[in-house]
Amino acid sequence: MSTPLVEAVETIAAPDTPARPRRGWRSPSFVLGAAMLLAVLALALVSLVWSPYGLDHTDPAARLADPSARHWAGTDRLGRDQFTQLMLGARTAVGIGLASVAVAFIIGVPLGLLAATAGRFLENTVVGVIDIVIAFPTLLLAMLLVTVYGASTAVAISAIGIGVSAEVARLTRISASRVFTQDYVLAARTCGTGPLMILVRHVLANIWHTLLVQATLAFGVAVIAEASLSYLGLGTPPPAPSWGRMLQEAQSTVSVAPWNVLLPGLAVAVTVVGVNLLGDGLREVLDPQLRQERQAAHR
Amino acid sequence: MLSYLIRRVAWLVGSLFVAGSAVFFLLRVLPGDPAVTLLAVGSSPDQIDAIRHQLGTDRPVLAQYGHWLGDLVTGNLGDSLFTQMPVLDQIAGRLPVTVPLALSAFVLSIVVAVPIGVFAAVRRRGLLGVAVSTLAQVGIAVPIFWVGIVVVWLVAVQWRALPPGGFPRTGWQDPQAALQSLVLPVATLTIAQGAVLVRYVRSATLDVLSQEYVRTARSLGYSLPRALWRHGPRSGAATVVQILGILLASSLLGTVVIESVFALPGLGSLLLTSVKARDLPIVQGTVFLMTATVLVVGLAVDVVQRLVDPRLRGSA
Repeated sequence: MSTPLVEAVETIAAPDTPARPRRGWRSPSFVLGAAMLLAVLALALVSLVWSPYGLDHTDPAARLADPSARHWAGTDRLGRDQFTQLMLGARTAVGIGLASVAVAFIIGVPLGLLAATAGRFLENTVVGVIDIVIAFPTLLLAMLLVTVYGASTAVAISAIGIGVSAEVARLTRISASRVFTQDYVLAARTCGTGPLMILVRHVLANIWHTLLVQATLAFGVAVIAEASLSYLGLGTPPPAPSWGRMLQEAQSTVSVAPWNVLLPGLAVAVTVVGVNLLGDGLREVLDPQLRQERQAAHR
Repeated sequence: MLSYLIRRVAWLVGSLFVAGSAVFFLLRVLPGDPAVTLLAVGSSPDQIDAIRHQLGTDRPVLAQYGHWLGDLVTGNLGDSLFTQMPVLDQIAGRLPVTVPLALSAFVLSIVVAVPIGVFAAVRRRGLLGVAVSTLAQVGIAVPIFWVGIVVVWLVAVQWRALPPGGFPRTGWQDPQAALQSLVLPVATLTIAQGAVLVRYVRSATLDVLSQEYVRTARSLGYSLPRALWRHGPRSGAATVVQILGILLASSLLGTVVIESVFALPGLGSLLLTSVKARDLPIVQGTVFLMTATVLVVGLAVDVVQRLVDPRLRGSA
């Protein structure tokens, strides 16, 4: 779950359009990704102030109903409005996703910078730890933590955050080490610039766009991880709705109410595809080197 | 090569030790006493002490740790808190489900995804190529259990061709029933892994396509497929081996979720039920074993990479 992050960065190529492809902020992948993500964010935000029904509202007369004017996404076997659940589930997914990415970066970036700046011994130690954490899958880490502390939102966030942080640390170390070998860093050092200043002015200034793209992709990973944990009953406990648990509950009634399975799955897919497209677009916009390479490749 | 191998194996043993210790201590900070959760309400303090002694939780943590390490070296993973059966036996009993599931999904996803990925790269401007890439993109974005539920709905419920879940009680004594119950889980895992692999293969092929030696081969009169076949596998081998390693590890982990979707009595469901029951020795043993497998696969990947790609041998 945590391994393929960076490889994913390399694999997602912008759609190859035959004619002169549009780049930057107006590239199709960026616009589409942003639109999909905004839709999910809007669902989550609106749910803070309004949802069609209350969370506990059940409509016993309309159990497992198809989508209709009264229940836009149908109802489940208890007669709960599925659109309400989807909206509140979006809030859970976005909230846990953002929190996990924050945890991953708070742990990962300093660790990566430490490894890049410190001496050889410390660097090797940190790299060793990163390798072990990467080999240690997020799902297993989550299961360990749940065994100890029981299923809760905090456990889900910690497990996903720690799992993703290894990849963040790895990427930070590699990108930062690359910057450290540059002549302008040497020049700054010669001029007597302090290490902290070099870190901020040169290193962070040159790697933040890589990290931002990584953050968008990590958000997608976190959303899938959250859904998986709730599906297994290890995530946010009821009554807080989650797309993963909606799917788990709808599994047994799929022949009667396929909507209950299709829509939460679609919600996860839209979020993750949106985030991945957005990440691609951002990379195009933010990384001038990559743009030049792409243009060279197109000639 | 030999000194590299020795260093690499030493590193593996070191990581196993660290990973195992991390698992051990993580689980020992458990609030609450497993002895108390095991017994009925109203048990006498003597009974609780007896259970504690039996579990070994009355000793200091470090002593428990030493004991656990000693047992680990001799291949003993302890006993289950609830069934009192050796953890290793329980794990072994689940392997006939999990190993075939993970391995056949691993092999099948390679067979299916590699040609598709190469095709998507060669025809990247074509309608079909774009369609394949888009489909793979979506395939990565949907959770694996969702794929499983939909597959069950379409094939098992609508079409009634295959069992929607479960595994014959007699196991592989009835090979046909056992095989049938693994078809849909394997298919689901293959779809999920295949989507990831298609994208790796596509980008690896694109990489090879842009290399000068492919252009040279083309200019010498090789057709594109022949040029790819002649140069692709060798030059991309190191990357491919790495991807296969990741794929093997994620196939194994995918079984945790897949077994839950299809109610299969495998290693993953053993782990899940033990997590919910807080059966420490089983959780500890299973997690350790899975992590160890991932680490060993990583070692194998590194070694094979050096064998197939001479360019890597110079580096440390």
